[in-house]
Amino acid sequence: MNNGQPIISLQNVEKSLGGRPVLRGMTIDIAKGESVVIVGGSGQGKSVTLKHIIGLMQPDSGHVYVMGQDLCCMETRELNTFRQHFGMAFQEGALFDSMNVFENIAFPLRRHTKMTEEEIRARVEECLNQVHLHGVETKRPSELSGGMRRRVGFARAISLKPDILLFDEPTTGLDPVISDVIADLIVEMDQTLNSTTVSITHDMKVAFKIADRVAMLFHGKIIEEGTPDQFQRSQNPMVQQFIEGRAEGPLTE
Amino acid sequence: MTSVFESVGLIFLQLFEQTGLWFRMLWRTIVWTFRPPFEFSSWLKQMVRVGVESTPVVFLTTMFTGMVFALETYEGFHRVHAENFVGSAVALSMLRELSPVLVGLMVTGRVGSSMAAEIGTMRVTEQIDALKALATDPIQYLFVPRVIAGVIMLPFLVVLGDALGIGGGYLVAVKLLGSNGLIYEQNTFQYLGMADLWAGVIKAATFGLILTLTGCTRGYYTSGGAEGVGRSTTQAVVSASLTILLTDFFLTKLLL
Repeated sequence: MNNGQPIISLQNVEKSLGGRPVLRGMTIDIAKGESVVIVGGSGQGKSVTLKHIIGLMQPDSGHVYVMGQDLCCMETRELNTFRQHFGMAFQEGALFDSMNVFENIAFPLRRHTKMTEEEIRARVEECLNQVHLHGVETKRPSELSGGMRRRVGFARAISLKPDILLFDEPTTGLDPVISDVIADLIVEMDQTLNSTTVSITHDMKVAFKIADRVAMLFHGKIIEEGTPDQFQRSQNPMVQQFIEGRAEGPLTE
Repeated sequence: MTSVFESVGLIFLQLFEQTGLWFRMLWRTIVWTFRPPFEFSSWLKQMVRVGVESTPVVFLTTMFTGMVFALETYEGFHRVHAENFVGSAVALSMLRELSPVLVGLMVTGRVGSSMAAEIGTMRVTEQIDALKALATDPIQYLFVPRVIAGVIMLPFLVVLGDALGIGGGYLVAVKLLGSNGLIYEQNTFQYLGMADLWAGVIKAATFGLILTLTGCTRGYYTSGGAEGVGRSTTQAVVSASLTILLTDFFLTKLLL
């Protein structure tokens, strides 16, 4: 599975927020082209992990390497430019509500490319096609349903053709059918864009569908990882409790 | 006893922390102002928001202040038979003091609060993180246009306020209280110098900086959902207003 240097590598990352340790020696390597899903309960540090990967948070100790570069040693401006390698889809979409759908997707294109207005229009349409949305360009984010907002968020995330895609809880708060549609979409995007994908979720069905590799985060550390098959057959009682969604078990003790 | 010292100390610590933060954001805003890309369209948008859309409020505030001021001074000056100086008193205090401070406070309430609420909402809905993820510095994208709009537009509003205040004073003194219009006009401008106008304009630009940057900073450091946005908005208005009043004293001392 791993050939050569990992594209993303977290080494012994520790992070406390408000005096509470969240990540305690988080270590994971992600290979180019891989789709990794990090699962875990609420408050176990999933979102914080994702924010470290894109440099929205800096580790208290430890290192985050992306494409061989240590993010903590970058200047703000350097980091800003470096982030063009990423596309991040936020939990609720995080669309700019002062703009319509078209302007949201065009935003990174206008800022970071020299595309003409016509090229931008074409690229936005292409991105919207990719997420199977049509005729929503002039709509405001507040006029969209939860599932549509996320799809627009995906479209915005892929508009610069990033090497790395990050999905923060892509299906939380959506009904099971739409969740499955979104999961299919992520698989499809991962394949057609040939990018490296890191997603976090607590929805195991979604995780098994989109992952090449599943990793479980507990108390700020990875306690189990493997292919969906291996993960499902894990002997770790914590993993089994999480997969089955039981109230009693080692996770809740 | 210790707890009293503790809480007093804590208040001072917070004060220093906030002041330090404010100056750090000021520095970052200045640095990002001179880095491309320059988003003139969003500068313009904010100028309309701060300047043009504030004119009705400024109109009413300064005009009525000028009118009340003329009414009050006329009454007072009448007792010492110095009615002739009402025009000078109104003009001088409008230009140097009332117009900048009142416009500053009104625009804080109108614009500073809405900036805190807007940016605060962007923070709690992860739009600020989204900006960063899209390789855009939020200071450059959000702070710079707003602060520039404040620094540029407040002086215009204040000059407008000066004119309206003087006009209001004239209306009351001449039309209502029956002063001689020509003499009133003469007295208004007799003791007025360009320095008085500049003093007001410099104050205005400073207040514009204070109210926009405070609004943006409070919004930027919002945490805790809708409640947090509400808190930031209140804090922005309170601390910007207080800062304006404090700064006004020192600026007055400096510009006299």
